[in-house]
Amino acid sequence: MNMIEAINSAMDVCLARDPDVTVLGEDIGFFGGVFRATAGLQAKHGKTRVFDTPINECGIIGVAVGMAAYGLRPVPEIQFADYIYPGLDQLVSEAARLRYRSAGEFVMPITVRSPFGGGIFGGQTHSQSPEAMFTHVAGLKTVIPSNPYDAKGLLIAAIEDNDPVIFFEPKRIYNGPFDGHYDRPVQPWSKVETPDVPEGHYTVPLGKAAVVREGAEVTVLAFGTMVHVVRATVEEKGIDAEVIDLRTLLPLDIETIETSVKKTGRCVIVHEATRTSGFGAELAALIQERCFYHLEAPIQRVTGFDTPYPHSLEWAYFPGPIRIGTALDLVLKD
Amino acid sequence: MSESSSSLGRPNLPPLSLHVPEPQFRPGDEAEFVSVEVLAAGITPRPDSAADAGTMRDMAYGLVRVLDDAGVAVGAWDPRLSPDLLRRILRSMALTRAFDERMFRAQRQGKTSFYMKSTGEEAVAVAATYALDRDDMCFPSYRQQGILIARDWPIVDMMNQIYSNRADRLKGRQLPIMYSTKEGAFFSISGNLATQYPQAVGWAMASAAKGDTRIAATWCGEGSTAEGDFHSACMFATVYRAPVIMNVVNNQWAISSFAGFAGGEATTFAARAVGYGIAGLRVDGNDPLAVYAATAWAAERARTNKGPTLIEHFTYRAEGHSTSDDPGAYRSADEATKWPLGDPIARLKTHLIGLGEWDEDRHAAQDVELAEMVKAAQKEAEKNGILGHGLHQPFDTMFEDVFEEMPWHLIEQRDQMRDERKAAGV
Ligand SMILES: Cc1ncc(C[n+]2csc(CCOP(=O)(O)OP(=O)(O)O)c2C)c(N)n1
Repeated sequence: MNMIEAINSAMDVCLARDPDVTVLGEDIGFFGGVFRATAGLQAKHGKTRVFDTPINECGIIGVAVGMAAYGLRPVPEIQFADYIYPGLDQLVSEAARLRYRSAGEFVMPITVRSPFGGGIFGGQTHSQSPEAMFTHVAGLKTVIPSNPYDAKGLLIAAIEDNDPVIFFEPKRIYNGPFDGHYDRPVQPWSKVETPDVPEGHYTVPLGKAAVVREGAEVTVLAFGTMVHVVRATVEEKGIDAEVIDLRTLLPLDIETIETSVKKTGRCVIVHEATRTSGFGAELAALIQERCFYHLEAPIQRVTGFDTPYPHSLEWAYFPGPIRIGTALDLVLKD
Repeated sequence: MSESSSSLGRPNLPPLSLHVPEPQFRPGDEAEFVSVEVLAAGITPRPDSAADAGTMRDMAYGLVRVLDDAGVAVGAWDPRLSPDLLRRILRSMALTRAFDERMFRAQRQGKTSFYMKSTGEEAVAVAATYALDRDDMCFPSYRQQGILIARDWPIVDMMNQIYSNRADRLKGRQLPIMYSTKEGAFFSISGNLATQYPQAVGWAMASAAKGDTRIAATWCGEGSTAEGDFHSACMFATVYRAPVIMNVVNNQWAISSFAGFAGGEATTFAARAVGYGIAGLRVDGNDPLAVYAATAWAAERARTNKGPTLIEHFTYRAEGHSTSDDPGAYRSADEATKWPLGDPIARLKTHLIGLGEWDEDRHAAQDVELAEMVKAAQKEAEKNGILGHGLHQPFDTMFEDVFEEMPWHLIEQRDQMRDERKAAGV
């Protein structure tokens, strides 16, 4: 299964197991979504459980809040992460706080799915990585898979979770992992070594990172597409790096991070979003608080630049192998 | 809503059921638009442009049509344009179509990443633009390239934008077709739907507050009217009687979602005006004369401080949503040809021929001429580069225009990028 099929399968499994799971969003019904992530689900599970919505993100998330208040488990899709902003108030001021403000009477088992990230010539409005904004909101969980197996397991876990989850899908790797060299062909998921995606139900727990490569010299933290770019880069450079795929930004698996940084004494943080106030800043602060006396070099951040996503220059914007390599060289210098 | 819904609630009451709209035809179905009510041309009355919105509610449910089935202009809405102007409108529509054809093919040839055609709805942008003044400010969505073409904007310039090349006035930053030209009174297009609607109202309010004479016009698709921005715009437009024309291009489809998912099953899109006390007109969007007449009416209303007008252009999106779309997956293949309002170019052509002011030979010759012109422009534009082939803006431009002055962190990042490029040997 590629990542889209895995995501589709996760919803299929949840729809079949739990009559309260409801999938909604723009173009997701008959058509199956612009990326085909919901293909076939309406035909299989019916129109009142998988349906198209008006183009109104505020409505999509607001209605999901009401459905969750009734007792359903809505899985709304926002067609691109760039379009989540019209729905932000419902997510941030409402869904995220309802458990707290109703003293636990209303819970919000909502999973907002949305493709995010760049590298597909999508221009400014189809490329952004807004994850940090959501980790800044108390009461929301933020999940980002990096391969088909995790995507399915994490999505099922998110749908079964009783808190609101924002599930960002790195669209650059929907069809195969991306090594950061845009001029090389991308191998399809079927051709790369990844765990087989089981047909049925399984979960990958939220809040647990994965050590995707063990190493002793430096810890590299990444998520989504960047996991693959990082892995390819350290392998090409022959660096003994420990690569950690965060998988869930909130709740964060601080234990795995702490253990690794204490072991290696060095840390590079990689994300595609703009640098300033990005999630890397939070990670750097946490590591500084917890591992300061173990650090052998200043923590480095490798990120997108602090500009909107530039259409034609996107490969100069993208934090690719060169930028990652430079940061690795810097922390390993002495 | 769940399988067991009938066992929920009180047993002595009928169970509720959820209505999810369904379009008339799906792939494999034969399209037959019997349920689309097409009012005869010429029968809709034309109120005074100063009429109180409350007295013209019927206009929001009718259909302003000027050209009848034989291509003859009839009724009170006939704008009585000179043959010369009619030929210019025809030419701009034909050029828009030729441009779309060529750029669509350029995308398929890998010369750019993305394109969107306006096939079948050229009148909505072109005829409306002819009814506005050149300095009236337009806030379009992505399917009104006809505005620039009707304003004789150089198509080489438009192509440079599509290719994101070194001559692109937007410096290669915007998605192809998301034009912007202040000089052309054409606001920067956003990929975020409907955001231009309140912006157009704000521009119109500012123009009024300053005692200017220019008005604003904006366009969005019927699907986009579902967005909150649309309703915020209506709210401000009515409260401040903004001199703005709000166009809803009802081309029946919003990607795979038919107009029913924007509320089109329950009422017309022009009728959204009623609740706000705004003048609403429903117009045959494939009738260039009706589009022109309605726009001229609304412009006069705006210019005389009588406030906003909401115009629904009833039309059909004959091609896919964009180069990333496959309409065959969700709608009947023959819908476009069965669409009862015909093709706007063919209708105006027939009208002009009927007037004795045009003929098939001239039309065919014009098509050839326009195709050649677009081809030549494409060659010209490609000298400045196509996407991904190296002739783009200098890399440093990536950091310009984020702010008026570049702050330290962007200077650092620019230098970092230069170092990266040096390290990579490029
Ligand atoms: C805020 C926002 N949500 C979703 C999208 C994705 N999207 C792009 S075009 C489109 C359909 C728009 O349909 P409509 O308004 O009817 O205009 P048309 O394309 O038919 O001209 C959608 C859903 C977007 N661009 N912006």
